[in-house]
Amino acid sequence: MPSLIDIRRRVRAVRATQQITKAMKMVAASRLRRAQERVVNARPYAQRMAHVLNGLAARVEPGRHPLLGGLDAIGDAPTLLVVVSADKGLCGSFNSNVTKAASSFVREQQGRAVAFALVGRKGRDYFRRRRVDIRYECAQIFGRLKLDHARQIARVVIEQFVEARAGRVCLAYNEFKTVMQQRVVVEQLLPIPRGAGTEAGNAPPGDYLYEPSADEILARLLPQYVEVQIFRALLESEAAEHAARMTAMDAASRNAADMIDDLTLYMNKVRQAAITREIIEVVSGART
Amino acid sequence: MAGQLTLSIVMPEREIVHETVDEIELPGAEGYFGVLPGHTPLLATLKIGELWYRKGQEKFYVAIANGFAEVLPDRVTVLAELAERAADIDMTRAQAAKARAEERSRTPSADLDHERARAALDKANTRVRVARHAQTHR
Repeated sequence: MPSLIDIRRRVRAVRATQQITKAMKMVAASRLRRAQERVVNARPYAQRMAHVLNGLAARVEPGRHPLLGGLDAIGDAPTLLVVVSADKGLCGSFNSNVTKAASSFVREQQGRAVAFALVGRKGRDYFRRRRVDIRYECAQIFGRLKLDHARQIARVVIEQFVEARAGRVCLAYNEFKTVMQQRVVVEQLLPIPRGAGTEAGNAPPGDYLYEPSADEILARLLPQYVEVQIFRALLESEAAEHAARMTAMDAASRNAADMIDDLTLYMNKVRQAAITREIIEVVSGART
Repeated sequence: MAGQLTLSIVMPEREIVHETVDEIELPGAEGYFGVLPGHTPLLATLKIGELWYRKGQEKFYVAIANGFAEVLPDRVTVLAELAERAADIDMTRAQAAKARAEERSRTPSADLDHERARAALDKANTRVRVARHAQTHR
């Protein structure tokens, strides 16, 4: 039977852990609020852009710009998968979900090679150990996420694609659905899918006037579209990360509370038993 | 001319203007152009410059950098990398940025990216100009 002091020490240890998990939960909650706001604010731009692009893409042939290129022209260049994970752990299955999705994506490719572009420390470490073809990596960008980060990634991705070193580019990240729910999405980034992002048949009536020419506008619009898609994915992932961490830490705090209750109950029982035993000893000692 | 335009200006981080207006002038890549309700559908790239829109008698200024405008008869959408309303610009900061940009483009150095330095100066100048409008109008 463990001594009273041992149990008391354990209770104290669990309580200390609980304090940490509680604090982490609060921090995640406040960060989540900010990240969530950013996601919501960033959505209109992505939507409008998709809308404008759609109207434009519907009127030009796919051959007009390399980023629109048809799927049949891929050849045997590998698929580039951009994996967005978190920099830190302690957020439930957040990171393992996205790496798992990436691994099953690789299996689905049926022999076609897959190269990686890794965003976030956790995903980078995971794939580094696996000796895969890594084309790009960056970490420690969350927390001070700017459009420039997305721009940098977009530049690499577009370069790989245009130089035919990647036949297709996909993006895997955690989407922020609700605070309790994150979902891993794998979506195609390049070539830009037809009808990307918006409802079909939403094209504005009539043709546009272009200033300057349609080609020039397309040439500027498409890279920006890629940037914005990546930026949105990063923001989604950040919000999802904080949400996942908050939920995980909440569960941990609750488990710690249960444990403290159990231990306290046990400790009281042990103490009672000890007292009873002492009384018996005293009583039986007095009789003789 | 009857009718009004719905103007929305969005940048990657957020939507900064969503209003019903009477007239807009935009800094097109090939020169400034005005838009009134009933305009022919137009898709234009924008350069660094100032945009204004009129609501009744009041004019509002916005600094814009690198974007697109989609003009429809009843709606104008501006997608800009950077957009700042005149009222939101801090004059002292804008001027400090301008001084810095001027300084940088004046002192030639080997690693100076002329294109970027010029763009930065352009942006700074526009911000100061737009901010000045806000002061005279308020």
